[in-house]
Amino acid sequence: MTTIDDTSTAGTPAVVPDATPVLQARGLVKTFGRVVGLDGVDLDLYPGEVLAIIGDNGAGKSTLVKCLTGAETPDQGEILLDGNKVHFKRPQDARAAGIETVYQTLAVSPSLDIASNLFLGREVRRPGFLGTVLRLTDRAGMRESARRELRELGISTLQDVTVPVENLSGGQRQAVAVARAAAFGSKVVVLDEPTAALGVRESGQVLELVRTLRDKGVPVIIISHNMPHVFEIADRIHVQRLGRCAATITPQSHTMTEAVAIMTGAAQA
Amino acid sequence: MTTTTATADPAAEFLDRRSPLERARGVLHRYPALSPAIVLVLSVIVFGLLNDRFLALSNLSLITQQVAVVGTLAAAQTLIILTAGIDLSVGAVMVLASMVMAQVASGSGAPPVLALAFGLLVGMACGGLNGFLVTRLKLPPFIATLGTFNVFTAIALLYSRGATVRGGDMPAVMTWTGTTFPVFGVRVSTGVLLMLGAYLVLAVALSRTAWGKHVYAVGDDKDAARLSGISVNRVLLSVYLTAGVILALAAWIQIGRANAASPNVGVDMNLDSITAVVIGGTSLFGGRGVIWGTLLGALIVGVFRNGLSLAGLDVLYQTLAVGILVIVAVSLDQWIRKVRK
Repeated sequence: MTTIDDTSTAGTPAVVPDATPVLQARGLVKTFGRVVGLDGVDLDLYPGEVLAIIGDNGAGKSTLVKCLTGAETPDQGEILLDGNKVHFKRPQDARAAGIETVYQTLAVSPSLDIASNLFLGREVRRPGFLGTVLRLTDRAGMRESARRELRELGISTLQDVTVPVENLSGGQRQAVAVARAAAFGSKVVVLDEPTAALGVRESGQVLELVRTLRDKGVPVIIISHNMPHVFEIADRIHVQRLGRCAATITPQSHTMTEAVAIMTGAAQA
Repeated sequence: MTTTTATADPAAEFLDRRSPLERARGVLHRYPALSPAIVLVLSVIVFGLLNDRFLALSNLSLITQQVAVVGTLAAAQTLIILTAGIDLSVGAVMVLASMVMAQVASGSGAPPVLALAFGLLVGMACGGLNGFLVTRLKLPPFIATLGTFNVFTAIALLYSRGATVRGGDMPAVMTWTGTTFPVFGVRVSTGVLLMLGAYLVLAVALSRTAWGKHVYAVGDDKDAARLSGISVNRVLLSVYLTAGVILALAAWIQIGRANAASPNVGVDMNLDSITAVVIGGTSLFGGRGVIWGTLLGALIVGVFRNGLSLAGLDVLYQTLAVGILVIVAVSLDQWIRKVRK
């Protein structure tokens, strides 16, 4: 019988960590004045998995994710991407390294159309004189790639990529945001409360999208308050409590009630 | 029986659940230049019926020339309003640039190209200062440009000692923008063509370049733009600098139009430029509008002023009409924006 030395898991670990993690955090510390946001957090994200991060308000979920995506810089500790140490000063740095984030506040521009939103900040220019000197964008090309991207992600409800995003429903906007994060060969996609503002049917569509992403081999970190969604979608669950990682569990090893108990400190992992 | 209405067409409800009014609103929302275009056509028809001199080619030519300066200022204003800003200093920048151009051209015997280059530099410096105040000192654009409006006005008066430079004292290049030539019987001024050129360049830049998309994105939602990896401050600074370039062009057009450079004329044109932008369907909240709408807006104001004056009404009625136009245009914009879910 093999003994896997796992500090947190009481049950059997579902994902055998034989592969090297895509994204690793080691001993992250972040303080805001006298408030300790993160108190030495470790995190591993393996290829092709959905890792959920849950925790009560103030447990440090957001701070952890902000450190991973470059929105905050940790005071101590290190972040490794594909085994290489990385240092993000701004969200653009993390993005350039391949970590794409879908923010809770939906970072889409309402008056721009779907294709423009997908390519916002990384527009493709036309070849030759028109692109290099006149700096004209390849509108037709970008629209075509946008259509292809949406089709590959199975977002069938978005047919016309020239529709302004403000004309879309909340779920469709979220789909655009996720599609943008998933496009362009990103290594990691981080979703912050992707279903918080959505109805039941739309939440289902977004979760389906997360599954599609995982099946394409893109590891996903998902932050959510919604336990049923977390247990439906996650391969592993990182439980954050009081600025630390209280446990890493799986939907198989623990029930929802047990997860909430760990989250609130009512039970030890 | 009521069955006839119930069974009329049960599918119709699902085909388009919106009333004709809502559908019209949707169309106006998608094409912001449509409502000013309709207003312009209607006003031309109405004024044409009221006075047969209105549609005379010479009068139409006059309207375009009257619109050239404000139209160019409004092009710069549109850029800034698209980023959810406002520029109260456009008129003052134009006056300062025109005084510098005129003084250099008339006094020092320098080649006129140098005078234009100095004017361009002044325009960019003024735009750069506005951009600096907005992006680095984080001043609201309204306050920043209210301050620079006074500063630039004062500098223009101090620099010129309040004296007007007459067109005859300048090389011909400086007043070239006021010369006209016939196109199919209509006399078109070079200044009008330069204004149209500025609109064309801006229209392509706004709709077909990454920079243009970023301008809209910044005006739409600054935070979303930043999270998309757009350097918001760099975009804003570029917008104020570009506006400065266009304002220098407006200064040149103004010298040609007035056949003089005066430190007292045009300072108050900032409000006229905002009027044209607003009537042209660009939202003061940023991120929505097209540059051609502004040209239509400037033309609408020109048509109203010209038409009312041909009708023999006092100039105060022109002001009254323009005021009502602004209020109607902004109300319409508020109503159109309700399409957003």
